[in-house]
Amino acid sequence: MNQAVSMHVASQSARSRSETAAFLLMVAFLVVAPSVIYPLFLMKVLCFALFACAFNLLLGYVGLLSFGHALYFGWASYVSAHAAKVWGLTPELAILAGAATATVLGVIAGSLAIRRQGIYFAMITLALAQMMYFFAIQAPFTHGEDGIQAVPRGRLFGLISLADPMAMYAVVVVIFLACFMLIYRIIYSPFGEVLKAIRENEPRAISLGYKTDRYKLVAFVLSATLAGVAGGTKAIVFQLASLTDVYWAMSGEVVLMTLVGGLGTVFGPAVGAFVIIAMQNYLAAFGQWVMVIQGSIFVACVMLFRRGIVGEIANLLRIKL
Amino acid sequence: MFEIFGIPSQALFGQLLIGLINGSFYALLSLGLAVIFGMLNIINFTHGAQYMLGAFIAFFLLHYAGLNYWAALVIAPIVVGLTGILVERVLLQWLYKLDHLYGLLLTFGLALIIEGVFRNFFGSSGLPYRVPDSLQGGQNLGFMFLPNYRAWVIVLSLIVCFATWYLIERTRLGAYLRAATENPTLVRAFGINVPRMITLTYGFGVGLAALAGVMAAPIYNVSPQMGADLIIVVFAVVVIGGMGSIMGAIVTGFGLGIIEGLTKVFFPEASNTVIFVIMAIVLLIRPAGLFGRRT
Repeated sequence: MNQAVSMHVASQSARSRSETAAFLLMVAFLVVAPSVIYPLFLMKVLCFALFACAFNLLLGYVGLLSFGHALYFGWASYVSAHAAKVWGLTPELAILAGAATATVLGVIAGSLAIRRQGIYFAMITLALAQMMYFFAIQAPFTHGEDGIQAVPRGRLFGLISLADPMAMYAVVVVIFLACFMLIYRIIYSPFGEVLKAIRENEPRAISLGYKTDRYKLVAFVLSATLAGVAGGTKAIVFQLASLTDVYWAMSGEVVLMTLVGGLGTVFGPAVGAFVIIAMQNYLAAFGQWVMVIQGSIFVACVMLFRRGIVGEIANLLRIKL
Repeated sequence: MFEIFGIPSQALFGQLLIGLINGSFYALLSLGLAVIFGMLNIINFTHGAQYMLGAFIAFFLLHYAGLNYWAALVIAPIVVGLTGILVERVLLQWLYKLDHLYGLLLTFGLALIIEGVFRNFFGSSGLPYRVPDSLQGGQNLGFMFLPNYRAWVIVLSLIVCFATWYLIERTRLGAYLRAATENPTLVRAFGINVPRMITLTYGFGVGLAALAGVMAAPIYNVSPQMGADLIIVVFAVVVIGGMGSIMGAIVTGFGLGIIEGLTKVFFPEASNTVIFVIMAIVLLIRPAGLFGRRT
């Protein structure tokens, strides 16, 4: 018994050591990167990295595949853009407004979707997202095909102008790291342990007395809210909210990022987002072939390396990442 | 001309007809999805792309091989069915032991590849496909004009749907199939080659999708993205009906098509979303779906 406890503690400290090292490496990268890489590209990566991390919280740790996460990302970006442009809110309030929208949508969609399990869950989330896509086409405030353009970046807390790319970059980094640490905290909290128990064996978790539906719903809403933060931030950074963000292809992209980086790993989604966004940037000239390449990556990931990049590295080095 | 609820009869019956046509495709596609899901435990995201492939094969046959609609109706499902069998043997069969979601992700990837290739060569605009000569024109029914081709689509899809139902529910082969769905290990112990049945089921299911594609080609234009948006609606249909029952899939498909058509008459703004709204309501009051068993 004692031995088991001490082994558990040892493995936990090993875990936190490798993960702390990786975290510090990531922070160092984010500090140095803008002097080497175009900041706008980095900000795009960070927005999608946060989106993918939020998605991974649900798929990687609860085992729920939501195929409609564009719903929260896209609608949050619409509301944030509208709040900043029409209501004249400061950027941080605009992003919060977007996140709050995503929370509400997450509660509604989540409580519907968790009524069914497995493959139906994916189909329901996809269908609900498609429904809200049609609403986005018809609602007047989204401006249909044009989207909400020329969204002002504004002044943070009404003081600091975000027109300067480096100021904007700093804000995005802070938002990303804060949400990243929040997700990390959730994963290793007692609440997170219950989520993993549900992923491994839901009937057993129920038999132990956990109201799994409530846990699933809370995880779903957290994931939606964080996806909303990502969407709102993206709207402020790129000064644009458009139909692309709510379309099902966006839901597919976030699945791809998470899968490439590594399902159920802490750092995988961020790495996956970097890889996929970089690929899209460099291959933009190839037009529709990007779609074919993304499809091929999907097939390759599912058939050949289901652990993803970070998962394979972690497995190779026998550490947790 | 007369009016029903203040709506001209022409408009009402016209939309009902469109609803029935859409319903035919919902029924054919959800039927294929249900059959595949029953045997493979995989939700086939490629279904929309295979429907699109069917339409494109009909287009190629007409323009490059000079083979008409009737030939396409036979050839396209066979070709797509064979490619489906290849996909099952090479890729899908390795995923049965894993979580459901990998099957979904793989077929989603395949759908992206197929759609991307066709978009690359044919752009996003639709290509026209002529209604076959023998089905040109239409009938004046007094209260509305019924184009012959549309009547044919409804009749053919009803025939195919009920033939499938008969095959699965009333024949010996169907009995094997249903038994293998319930307990594959036991059925194998009786000396039936279950893996081969699984392969053929996948081929048959995607063949149905291709057949629907050929039937759709003269009505909607042939375009690379014709399947992508449709498949999401079909997913909603499947959630509403539940995948447990063949008859359920047929009834739900046609029923939702008609409801969607009526919505276009009475409340056009909601016609795109009505099926999703119905799905949400069904989930609230009957979570297992209208014809589904609680899983």
